[in-house]
Amino acid sequence: MDIKVNVRESEGDAYVVDLTGEIDVYTSPKVKDAITELIDQEHYNLVINLEKVRYIDSTGLGVLIGGLKRVREHGGSVNLVCTNPQIKKIFDITGLVKIFGIFDDEQSAMKALV
Amino acid sequence: MSASTALEVSSHGVVELKIPGRAEWVAVARLAVAAVASRLRFSVDEIEDIKLALAEACTNAIQSAGGQDAGVIEIVCDAREDELRVTVRDARPGIHLEPVPPSGLEAERTEELGVFLIRALMDSVDYTSDPRRGTDLVMIKRVSA
Repeated sequence: MDIKVNVRESEGDAYVVDLTGEIDVYTSPKVKDAITELIDQEHYNLVINLEKVRYIDSTGLGVLIGGLKRVREHGGSVNLVCTNPQIKKIFDITGLVKIFGIFDDEQSAMKALV
Repeated sequence: MSASTALEVSSHGVVELKIPGRAEWVAVARLAVAAVASRLRFSVDEIEDIKLALAEACTNAIQSAGGQDAGVIEIVCDAREDELRVTVRDARPGIHLEPVPPSGLEAERTEELGVFLIRALMDSVDYTSDPRRGTDLVMIKRVSA
């Protein structure tokens, strides 16, 4: 079990973080490092693509929330791409659907960035 | 013995697993509980719920050890006809499993999010904590009618 993290520049100063695999207590530090590095480089508009994520737990959610808090301090935003019903359910029951923009495709997530 | 009787398979059984209390082993526990849950009449979504709740319980034990080695985590899966009873036992007392509401960005405190998820995904959650014996967390998921 592992997580693959791919970071790429997109339109404007936005960056996309593609994640593939499972995000749990073991793999979430790798995701956190990638997001932290982007923010440290002053990239505050991020799309995190969870399309190929099969599983996420509270540590993964915590990493995403931490990233969102940091970019918001700089007027930025984090939008998510997610179509997996089980993962959407986790965002739903934790109430995180209210603080993240969650989209079915990358184009919509990118358009909705601040 | 009739053919139909011969084909009857009891889903009842107890599976015990001990994992090292470290992050890299949580996935093993997750897969094991999913395998046990699949013996009962749970839907795929319900099995995913059980996997996540079990993982959150193990993660809670590891995080209560400061993210370091939490010793041995014992997992007992008691598969019954109409429910799966999962006990997660670790040597550390004082686990905080009181209900907590998710509260927006403050939910970065992942221990609270984890506890919230366990309670939301399972039908029943109970625990005992003892300074000498550690913590027993018992989670039950019932098979839907």
